[in-house]
Amino acid sequence: MPPSPYGPQADPGPPGLAAKLLGFCEELRSEGVAVGTSEILDAFAALDEVSWTSHDDFREALAATIAKSQDDRRVFELLFDRYFFRAAEAEAVQRGVGEQSERAAAGEGGERLDIDQLREQIREAIAAGDEDRMRDLARLAIAAFGRAEGSGVVGVDVQRIRRTLGLSAGAQPPSEAGEERPPIDREQLNGFERHLRRELERDLIERTETLPPSRPLAELDRALPTSPTQDLAAVHRAVSQMKRRLATLGHEQRGRRKGRHVDVRRTMRASLETGGVPLRLRYRPKRPRRPEIYVLCDVSTSVTSASVFFLSVLHALHDSFRKLRSFVFIERISEVTEVFEHERDFAVVAQRISSEGGVADVSGYTDYGRVWLEFLTEISDELDPRSTVIVLGDARTNGREPHAEVFAQVAERAGRLFWLNPEPKLYWNYGDSVMAAYERFCDGAFECWTTRHLENFVNVVAGGTPTPEQS
Amino acid sequence: MADGSVAEVKEALAKVGYLADEPAALVSFLAQRLGKPVLVEGPAGVGKTELAKALSRATGRELVRLQCYEGLDESKAMYEWNYRKQLLRIQAGGEAGWEDVQEDIFSSEFLLTRPLMQAIASEEPVVLLIDEIDKTDQEFEAMLLELLSDFQITIPELGQVSATTMPIVVLTSNDSRELTEALKRRCLYLWLDYPGVEREMEIVRLHAPELPETLARRLVEVIQMVRALDLKKPPSIAESIDWARTLLLMGAEDIDRETFNQSMSIIVKHRTDIDLVAERVGVKLAEAPARSG
Repeated sequence: MPPSPYGPQADPGPPGLAAKLLGFCEELRSEGVAVGTSEILDAFAALDEVSWTSHDDFREALAATIAKSQDDRRVFELLFDRYFFRAAEAEAVQRGVGEQSERAAAGEGGERLDIDQLREQIREAIAAGDEDRMRDLARLAIAAFGRAEGSGVVGVDVQRIRRTLGLSAGAQPPSEAGEERPPIDREQLNGFERHLRRELERDLIERTETLPPSRPLAELDRALPTSPTQDLAAVHRAVSQMKRRLATLGHEQRGRRKGRHVDVRRTMRASLETGGVPLRLRYRPKRPRRPEIYVLCDVSTSVTSASVFFLSVLHALHDSFRKLRSFVFIERISEVTEVFEHERDFAVVAQRISSEGGVADVSGYTDYGRVWLEFLTEISDELDPRSTVIVLGDARTNGREPHAEVFAQVAERAGRLFWLNPEPKLYWNYGDSVMAAYERFCDGAFECWTTRHLENFVNVVAGGTPTPEQS
Repeated sequence: MADGSVAEVKEALAKVGYLADEPAALVSFLAQRLGKPVLVEGPAGVGKTELAKALSRATGRELVRLQCYEGLDESKAMYEWNYRKQLLRIQAGGEAGWEDVQEDIFSSEFLLTRPLMQAIASEEPVVLLIDEIDKTDQEFEAMLLELLSDFQITIPELGQVSATTMPIVVLTSNDSRELTEALKRRCLYLWLDYPGVEREMEIVRLHAPELPETLARRLVEVIQMVRALDLKKPPSIAESIDWARTLLLMGAEDIDRETFNQSMSIIVKHRTDIDLVAERVGVKLAEAPARSG
């Protein structure tokens, strides 16, 4: 078999910084960052102007020219470290540069470090935010009790070392001298763990002399850090977009001649001008289609993580549509339109729904079949072809009867029915998910757990082209 | 402003009262060296507009500002023909032939320059601030493209007007809508965020120098606590500075619950926000010490 044209995984590629930078841009593109040729040219021009010896300047110059949004910037940060770390390690593996021999010479293990002392120093470094020092201490910690008991799995080892050191986020116990120490927050501790991880990886690469294959970023990593404010704002943005689209959808029907009704009274009146002969027909004004929306939202434990997102979608919908009725369900269905209409604050809404919703009956597991039955008997009389039903849920029935035929009736009465599922498409119909049974009756079923998915949904609903899914 | 290195730019900005962080200084530096526009994004009140103003002060250039709003069009942003003057010219022309008049009334004499044109045509180099670009329509963005990449404006009747001096262009956006790729491609990108405790303290103390350090730290800590809440409008840097000045006027020595409740309206400006802040932050502050009398 001829060797792969791209060489083995650890191939450092052609030498020189230009090639490395192009490789970096290539990797960014594969993660969905739109890096154009003009951006690359700008990046090179920018690098001409800054000193390469400063890590920060180098990175910022690249970022300013390549990453043109907050999302891009975040992917950039994740990849920048990884890419150049890998590039350096690949070079080291190829040239056979290692640190093991030096370590042996320094008499590793001969001098066992005092754990307390080490912990103290690490705390200081974390509090001071001294990156270089943290890196050195991470190496010391690994040397002290990383290797001998190492499991070989980096993630596990990081946590084990952290525990052995007795480091945790939050308020710190006072030092031996009795002085108060500033608390370490999660963020700072993560910084140290990052160094630990980096050094463990370096160690592993050196021992095995191969680079692990580079993986695409996980969806979870690339999503922006979830601050409720940001999320809410983004959801509101997507929904207000949806409102505009739905509103213009209604307008399309205006002025269309087909299906207009003659207004007899006005026609007769107009005929008076022409001696009672109805020469000109008068039509009834056509009312634009009012978006009338029913939203059903699953709030059971299996969608706990998505619930907050869904509730914020509901919250935003209520901001935008007046003719909207919302329901939450677990085992039973309960209308919460009122709660949303009278309460502007999202936190309060969420709390009231969990306390007053009254949707959990016995087990607290979702019972989709029963929910459809209840919805059909109680509400569906009010459904008409102008109404849109949106279901937010994971279609996990916990083994109960899905009653797809009841769902079909609901779908028939409603003008349109959409399903937003918080699980990736991959997991649909796995385990107790009966998505396929329901999907047949929907006008569209979408995976939806980020605002990007929501925007995609809005696009499709409004008849636009779906935004390409980025993996 | 000396534009020799990033550090010099940072220093020059600091001299005119703007404490830039590393990325901001670097991008300002690159903008001057590469002659590219800068797109600054970030939440409201982190000093995006102020950066442009500071650049103008630091470089000694005039600031030309275009405030964007929905419905902003060419005639408000670039140029407009002075219709009345043209009419007068035609009426006063009398005997002149059509050719002459036509050539005459479409000359630069009859052109009303608007901010963008002004920036391009200026003899002296300027700083052009296009504020809140996200408020405009996409069409307007498209119109800017020629200006941003080539620093020229094409007037059909007159031809191209190219910049004689290179302006520093700063565009700001509150991220209320996604800008087009084409626009972003032509710009350097800078994301400004709320500063950390140390930097915000420096900023506050720069603008309210009489404020004692301990009080400044306390103030910034409270502000950061407030920002961490889920508010409709988190307090901006300008509001921290206002608050600092207010505390000075009140002669406060420490931020206790009473002072906080009295002056909270400086930093929080929504009814629901005020309730939330009072509930979450107010109670964490110490009760005011009992006053004698």
